[in-house]
Amino acid sequence: MDLKKLRYAPTHEWAILEGDTCTVGITKYAVEQLTDVVYIELPDVGDNVFAGDSFGEIESVKAVSDLYSPVNGEIIAINEPLISDPSAITKDPYGKGWMIKIKAERGSNLNKMLSLEQYEKQIASDNH
Amino acid sequence: MSYVLNTGPDQKAMLDKIGARSLEELFAFIPPELRLKRPVQVPAALCEIELQQHMSELAKVNRSADDAVCFLGGGSYDHFIPAVVDAIAGRSEFYTAYTPYQAEASQGSLQAFFEYQTLICQLTGMDVANASLYDGGSAVAESVLMALSINPKRTKVLVAESVHPEYRQTLTTYQKNLSTQPVTLPTPDGFLDPDALKKAMDDDTLCVIVQHPNFFGCLEDVEQLAKICHERGGLFIVSFDPISLGILKRPGQYGADIAVAEGQSLGNPMVYGGPYLGIMACREEFVRKIPGRLVGQTTDRNGKRCWVLTLQTREQHIRREKATSNICTNQGLFALRAAAYMAALGPQGLKETASLCLRKAHYLAEQLQQIPGVSLRFRRPFFKEFTIQLPGGVPGMLTRILQKGYHAGLHLGRWYPSLGNCLSLAVTEKRTRQEMDGLATALTAEWKGKIIAE
Repeated sequence: MDLKKLRYAPTHEWAILEGDTCTVGITKYAVEQLTDVVYIELPDVGDNVFAGDSFGEIESVKAVSDLYSPVNGEIIAINEPLISDPSAITKDPYGKGWMIKIKAERGSNLNKMLSLEQYEKQIASDNH
Repeated sequence: MSYVLNTGPDQKAMLDKIGARSLEELFAFIPPELRLKRPVQVPAALCEIELQQHMSELAKVNRSADDAVCFLGGGSYDHFIPAVVDAIAGRSEFYTAYTPYQAEASQGSLQAFFEYQTLICQLTGMDVANASLYDGGSAVAESVLMALSINPKRTKVLVAESVHPEYRQTLTTYQKNLSTQPVTLPTPDGFLDPDALKKAMDDDTLCVIVQHPNFFGCLEDVEQLAKICHERGGLFIVSFDPISLGILKRPGQYGADIAVAEGQSLGNPMVYGGPYLGIMACREEFVRKIPGRLVGQTTDRNGKRCWVLTLQTREQHIRREKATSNICTNQGLFALRAAAYMAALGPQGLKETASLCLRKAHYLAEQLQQIPGVSLRFRRPFFKEFTIQLPGGVPGMLTRILQKGYHAGLHLGRWYPSLGNCLSLAVTEKRTRQEMDGLATALTAEWKGKIIAE
């Protein structure tokens, strides 16, 4: 996965819009902050999600965090294997660790999200 | 209550410490219109000897279960408490109502709660139990909040009218500002008719709540009800009587998803009307949704067995508005007593206790039905409680019978207008034949004159 093609949320989700399909996961930085991921809760296929609203949650030994959707739309796929074994999120956050695919509402875009460069800047400033 | 010093010199020392010259100066910031401008009207102070006499006079006015033979039930029961329960719970290491704030520093308490949870799981046949909730009523209400977080898309909450009326009131309070729609299912024959449940179920039904044995003492058709509930994807919540599980099937065996109870029966005295002990257990798949504290077992860095709070990431002090609950006060001391009680009785002791309750309750029911005009209100199997129909007004009779030394039972008209002449009686293993015959004689005398007069 070319990280430059992805867009990023300040809440550490990544997203890519291909046609009207938006794929969402969380970044390597988020995974490192969470440490050991033990559990993930994802929506059902057919559920509606809304930009900025929580679509699920991820639990590590340290904390439970919400996962936020970048667009309005309908869930068309979830990464089912993660529910029984979430380790792919840690091992391959941009590949096998993807979480959901959303059929984005007509006219959706990811323009408000951060580029890789902007996101890396945010992380760097978070760490100071 | 301990003796708290508050002499003139004490007050002066405190005022000096905070830099106020007088009490008047200390209270000066309170607006004058809010100040009481006359002396508080209380009697003159008593000396310690007088005070102790006064308090024991007041205590004598109360007729506790030790002063009159107790057939009261409805959630709080006069069961026997082995002395070992007081001996363990009274140890200074344990004697606090609070879960320690630095939990892992109190390994003894955590071990005791872990054992409590284990015993509750064994008792109920459920996979997971929490370290207790506030009381039976709030446990029922919390189970609905839990169901809602398991399945947020559904809204309908079906509750049998045979569930304790005060538990249902608590539930109503909790649900007031939620998206749920509470629906009470009538139980005119003293139990929830499975066909009525079938008609009430739809795809929007979040959960079904029943009590078994129910508030009238009757058994519910729990297996059938659970099946009907699950067919439409609802969660089956049961409020059970812990002692009844000595002989009745366990909630885990008949398909309960969440099992809750008032735990007073397990080694806790009938004091101050509660709150006593809220029990909650669930199936393993819901472990992340169960409110309250969970104690888990692990090993320390030296490989020794130890205990920790588990799944704390979902607790209110870490997750605030997204916590599983923010109102799930626990009852550490009563949970500890329950653990000591269950350990002392063991499965065999619990079974014997339950069969004694069952047999004695049926003996008393037989005796009371001999009285002209008295009959069992519901034709249903019952455990240790049952409901009788009386030929006349209940409240006056209760007062007169109490003068003869019997707490005869609960007047059901208090909660059910259609059961105005009905009395619910509970019989524990403590009741003797003599006591039960005594009550029957007193009741016979009560109605005798009246029947003749009519």
